[in-house]
Amino acid sequence: MELVPVYLAFILALSIFLGFELISKVPATLHTPLMSGANAISGITLVGALLAAGADGPGWLATLLGAAAVFFATVNVVGGYLVTDRMLGMFKKRPDKQAAEKPET
Amino acid sequence: MTDLVVNLAYLGAAVLFVLGLKMLGSPSTARRGNALSAIGMLIAVVATLLSKGVVAWHWIAIAAGAGVVVGALAARLVAMTSMPEMVALFNGSGGIASLLVGAAALFPGVIGGAAGAETAVSTFTAVTVLLSVMIGGVTFSGSIVAWGKLAEVLPSGAVLFAGQRLVNGGLLAALVACGVCFALAPAADSPYFVAVLVLALALGVLAVVPIGGADMPVVISLLNSYSGLAACAAGFAINNNVLIVSGSLVGAAGIILTNIMCKAMNRSLANVLFSGFGATRAGAKVEGEVKPINAEDASLILEAASAVAFVPGYGMAVAQAQHVVHELGELLEENGCEVSYAIHPVAGRMPGHMNVLLAEASVPYDQLVEMEDINPRMANIDVAVVIGANDVVNPAAREDEASPIYGMPVINVDHARTVFVLKRSMASGFAGIDNPLFFGANTRMLFGDAKASISAVIASLKD
Repeated sequence: MELVPVYLAFILALSIFLGFELISKVPATLHTPLMSGANAISGITLVGALLAAGADGPGWLATLLGAAAVFFATVNVVGGYLVTDRMLGMFKKRPDKQAAEKPET
Repeated sequence: MTDLVVNLAYLGAAVLFVLGLKMLGSPSTARRGNALSAIGMLIAVVATLLSKGVVAWHWIAIAAGAGVVVGALAARLVAMTSMPEMVALFNGSGGIASLLVGAAALFPGVIGGAAGAETAVSTFTAVTVLLSVMIGGVTFSGSIVAWGKLAEVLPSGAVLFAGQRLVNGGLLAALVACGVCFALAPAADSPYFVAVLVLALALGVLAVVPIGGADMPVVISLLNSYSGLAACAAGFAINNNVLIVSGSLVGAAGIILTNIMCKAMNRSLANVLFSGFGATRAGAKVEGEVKPINAEDASLILEAASAVAFVPGYGMAVAQAQHVVHELGELLEENGCEVSYAIHPVAGRMPGHMNVLLAEASVPYDQLVEMEDINPRMANIDVAVVIGANDVVNPAAREDEASPIYGMPVINVDHARTVFVLKRSMASGFAGIDNPLFFGANTRMLFGDAKASISAVIASLKD
């Protein structure tokens, strides 16, 4: 049981490095969608909120805290993904000359 | 569902988040990436609901239903110009959710689902709960203040008072002290827990209050990072690996954006957070004569130009001028002119603010040019049209060592053959710094509301 925190710390350390590697090459055009898309992912705390609100018998206060957390996390998740999608839907390439202007993909 | 299946589902969700974030890095795949990450979230949520930790449904149904309605309406109805406020609010709701999850983890029966019905809270859990409450609390109240500043409910400038650092330092010390007291005797009804909560909320307010509006891109991306870290801490509190993975990915993403924003202003993060930049007023006073121009003359010059660069700033968002700017751009292109949109990384109030507005006005993203790419060819630009930008085009950043923004990379519009500056009046920019650009020999000032001015130029071009 004492090792569990260490395993979790492993996951933490590797995920942070992975995050730095993943994000470092995002073009400036996509900074806002990246931010709001990442923000939607941080709504993953919804999982914890569901466990808290759905647990059996921790008392009404814990259930209340959990339910409030479910509400805020759901706003974060649903709103975050939808608004990111709405923004990304507006990003369009120039229709006519798609000629070899963009080397990156 | 067994714990094994649930955890495998979490693994799948984490993989989808990673893929989604990766695909968000390129315009052609970004939308699919976002959808992929949403699917990952759905998998994680469904797996959690089916796990044996979740037995009571009705509160979940009510809270989640309300959350879906609020979130979907907000995302659908928000105007693109209010996107910074929206992002701030979403950051805040993520922060408070993590705070609440952390608090709930103090109650027996919640930790790690129904299985861990421990009566006493371990020190490890206590510390992680503290972290999620602290980070979540700072994220929440900080985001609310940031929202207030962006929506101009609160004064958008830097608010400074005597002994501010002392107060903040004292607050932080009290927060740590209460945290230690709590960790020594962790209990859900500990008075120290309430103290930590209140102090964290107060710290969030006081940390964002001294940061001025032009520094908002840094604050927003930093709060974004915090909302991830808060989820991460909540993950430790309830021993949940998918929270840790996703939270730290978001934390890292936010830190990278924050760093990009700081670099674009040539300032350290500490300087942005503590200096109260927007309130200072220094640098050489610039004297000179401005040369105004009217819309008709401006249209004649634009008609003759073969390369035009638009340089938008926050003023374009305020004037909602993005659609007319695009209309003018198209008109000039039909005229055989090469049109580009040069965008400074910190133009506007959040990272990528201008790009989103121009995308809304259907400007194709390959016409948007970054600062490093436009500056070398600025000398070949016939007309640079500055729309509601000020500090990001201020040549004093290059030339005047006494200027507070000296060293900040700027778009060198003064190197273009002609510069039009669209501006409401001769007031200085957000940072309160005079801009020698306005007095340049090749600068013409087009005074008035940006949208009205550009519409007038379009009208006279069409004649």
